[in-house]
Amino acid sequence: MKDGMDTDAEGYLTADGRKIGGVLMEMRNITLRFGGVVAIKDISFDIREGEIRAIIGPNGAGKSSMLNVINGFYHPQEGEVWFRGQKRGSVRPYDVARMGIARTFQNIALFKGMSTLDNIMTGRLTMTKTGLLSQALWWGKAEAEETYHREKAEKIIDFLEIQHIRKTPVGRLPYGLQKRVELGRALAAEPKLLLMGVVMDLSDRVVVMDYGRKIGDGTPDEVRANPEVINAYLGVAHD
Amino acid sequence: MFYREAGDFKTSYRDDAQTFPIAFDRLRYYLVLAVALGVIPFMINDYWANAVIVPFLIWSIAAIGLNILMGYAGQVSLGTGGFMAVGAYATFKLMTSFPDLNIVIIVVLSGFITAGVGVLFGLPSLRIKGFYLAVATLAAQFFLIWLFNRVGWFYNYSASGQINAPERTVLGIAVTGPASPPWAQYFICLFFVLVVAWMARNLTRGSVGRSWMAIRDMDIAAEIIGVNPLKAKLTAFAVSSFFIGIAGSLFFSVYLGAVEVGEAFGIEKSFIALFAVIIGGLGSIFGSFAGAAFMVLFPVLLKNILVNGLNWPTDLAAHIQLMVIGGLIIVFLILEPHGLAALWRVIKEKLRLWPFPH
Repeated sequence: MKDGMDTDAEGYLTADGRKIGGVLMEMRNITLRFGGVVAIKDISFDIREGEIRAIIGPNGAGKSSMLNVINGFYHPQEGEVWFRGQKRGSVRPYDVARMGIARTFQNIALFKGMSTLDNIMTGRLTMTKTGLLSQALWWGKAEAEETYHREKAEKIIDFLEIQHIRKTPVGRLPYGLQKRVELGRALAAEPKLLLMGVVMDLSDRVVVMDYGRKIGDGTPDEVRANPEVINAYLGVAHD
Repeated sequence: MFYREAGDFKTSYRDDAQTFPIAFDRLRYYLVLAVALGVIPFMINDYWANAVIVPFLIWSIAAIGLNILMGYAGQVSLGTGGFMAVGAYATFKLMTSFPDLNIVIIVVLSGFITAGVGVLFGLPSLRIKGFYLAVATLAAQFFLIWLFNRVGWFYNYSASGQINAPERTVLGIAVTGPASPPWAQYFICLFFVLVVAWMARNLTRGSVGRSWMAIRDMDIAAEIIGVNPLKAKLTAFAVSSFFIGIAGSLFFSVYLGAVEVGEAFGIEKSFIALFAVIIGGLGSIFGSFAGAAFMVLFPVLLKNILVNGLNWPTDLAAHIQLMVIGGLIIVFLILEPHGLAALWRVIKEKLRLWPFPH
């Protein structure tokens, strides 16, 4: 790392004493262009196991573009994405989901016509093994699999305390509950990496972007003290 | 009889996932089944079989098939008539090429052949949506009818261009051909209706159905959680066409017996299936039955009232029927887009509280 805190291959301890592991995902010199517009310019950073990593920046900085690169929606023109020690080739979003990357959105993206339970169960679709025919006949294996995933989904429903809306179509739920269902759906996938489109103040390390560039990377305190970051958010004083 | 789920606790997820979780629903389902198996076969005559019951059963299969595609996977199709024709011609070719093959196997094989054709015409759905997909499936409708009209191989180069179903038996009883008794026609159609409805229900309550509904509700989010849109859409086209192919196969071999393709499987058949799904309810197996019943029964009922009851001229009654069905479709689209199935749901919710609604 050329800037930020000292992080070795084995990981580090957070301020509150949590153990952060080795590198889970690494973005290497990512550049993403839409025609002549450079959305992301030569950005590198890593995400470690057990770490809460934030990407912040003013409007239009390229945060969502970066998440979409991680998700496989956008394919960067330059740079490499490494996940769990392997270079990722050209992948589609559903391949990325299968690798263990889940996501929640800033403006909720639930399946409005389906119940809470069904929404959460969709999080487990990547783990379904039985085929079309055995499901059509509801043979022992298909039914056993359904029951197994249902048990997992019910644990998440218990954890998020949304038992009472289990069978309610999510389109009828208020915003806060929808947010919880969306988190439930992401958790049901048992992801190695969870991307969340929300601002939160719990991060271990923070990447700061502005106009597609990375302008800072480090602990929240380090980032807060970084003059470039202050300039990006508050503007430069001219006197 | 109180219609309640209170006190009806489920102790396993298996019980909770069953088709009729409420005891009263279960009872009613067994009752319908008992009537279908134990009463109707003894009452059925030529008129009831031909005018009402057999077409209702066949259109139920077609409506379930279209509902899988439109109601569950959210892909619009106007090609139902064409796909039914594929099922019919596959049946004709199999019947004449393999005279010893059992008709039940032929119907199922025809379903598989239609599924293959459906997947082929489903490929554009990966690129186009909504109205544009509807037009693409409309092209399938016209192309398939044209193909079966023009290529002699499909109708075995018969002089009339028609196809005729030879007699085939199940357990020694004729189910196709002019000599087949109405109750045998009824039974073979009922058999396929039960199997198709059961399979459709299984698919839609499991993970395959969830991947279809996820694509329907928000395709981008579906992809993010790991649904392969190619696979989900094409399986929907395959399963839907499989059912519609079975419907077309029975429509030709059991119901009509002789088919001229443009007349039997024209665009208006696509619309019958479409209206059945819209009126019955998108995304509901029960709705498919309700819609099919409506589309088959309503014209018969109207004709009986107007022509036989009020002695109106037949052509006037036919025109009134067209106007009333057209009007009803508009009313349903505006007032109750989820169709008869939604009305039924409202009734059930009211019943749940009856007689103490407060």
